[in-house]
Amino acid sequence: MSNYDEERLARLIGALPPAPEAWVRAAQELPIARTQLDEIVARAEADVAFRERLIADLEEALELEGYERDPAVVEALRIRFKSK
Amino acid sequence: MASALSDTELVGRCRSGDQQAWAELVERYSRYVYAISVTAFRLPQHDAEDVFQEVFARAYQHLARLRDDAALRPWLAQVTRRLCIDKLRASSREQPAADEDLVPADAEDTVSMLDEALAVREAMAGTPERCQEILDRFFARDESYRTIGEALDLPPGTIGSRISRCLKRMRELLEGRNEPGPASGSG
Repeated sequence: MSNYDEERLARLIGALPPAPEAWVRAAQELPIARTQLDEIVARAEADVAFRERLIADLEEALELEGYERDPAVVEALRIRFKSK
Repeated sequence: MASALSDTELVGRCRSGDQQAWAELVERYSRYVYAISVTAFRLPQHDAEDVFQEVFARAYQHLARLRDDAALRPWLAQVTRRLCIDKLRASSREQPAADEDLVPADAEDTVSMLDEALAVREAMAGTPERCQEILDRFFARDESYRTIGEALDLPPGTIGSRISRCLKRMRELLEGRNEPGPASGSG
């Protein structure tokens, strides 16, 4: 690299402002959400009653079972089970 | 501060289920993905947020299949571009237009500039932490001397000269003229 005058350096440093913290955190938590999703899906496949509760009222079923309601997980489950 | 792991090492660790490595990968590329969508493609924040989450969701899913671990950055850039174009198409449904009319004319030049900005940012890691902090706060976070002074417990009147010294240090690093010496931004 060459020809980096200070004005150009300043412009390049300023070209990458931070992304909103909440976005970054949500992306960083993807593996955790993925693990929770896999666990709930596996359980729903093995436990018909749990699956029916999920389909009837997803958020209530998750709350009753003590799962943290991560919005990404809830949305993925809603699509998967076509829940209310 | 970010570790010195290469992309190849980071991707390898992510693949083996290391959540800390994944968090670092997201941190390393979050600004880049964000800037492509808001600066190069000029997406509004709500669309940029969808693109941001989708890029990292796809990255997470595709890590195992990435052909060349060192090619993570161009792969992320390409996925971000495609998703931005999809968003622009979706928002112009009522008035269909060709992609060349939807995409800002200078989008590719801006992405090239962001590639360079990312390289500069990586080089910044070679400066003292105080330098990294000051340069980032002033230029990337747009903070005033006063805010920086309060945050770092420094007299605001010294911030300007510290920025100058840090930029000089960066310039030396980038031009390969760096000589070992005391931390210029911390004094």
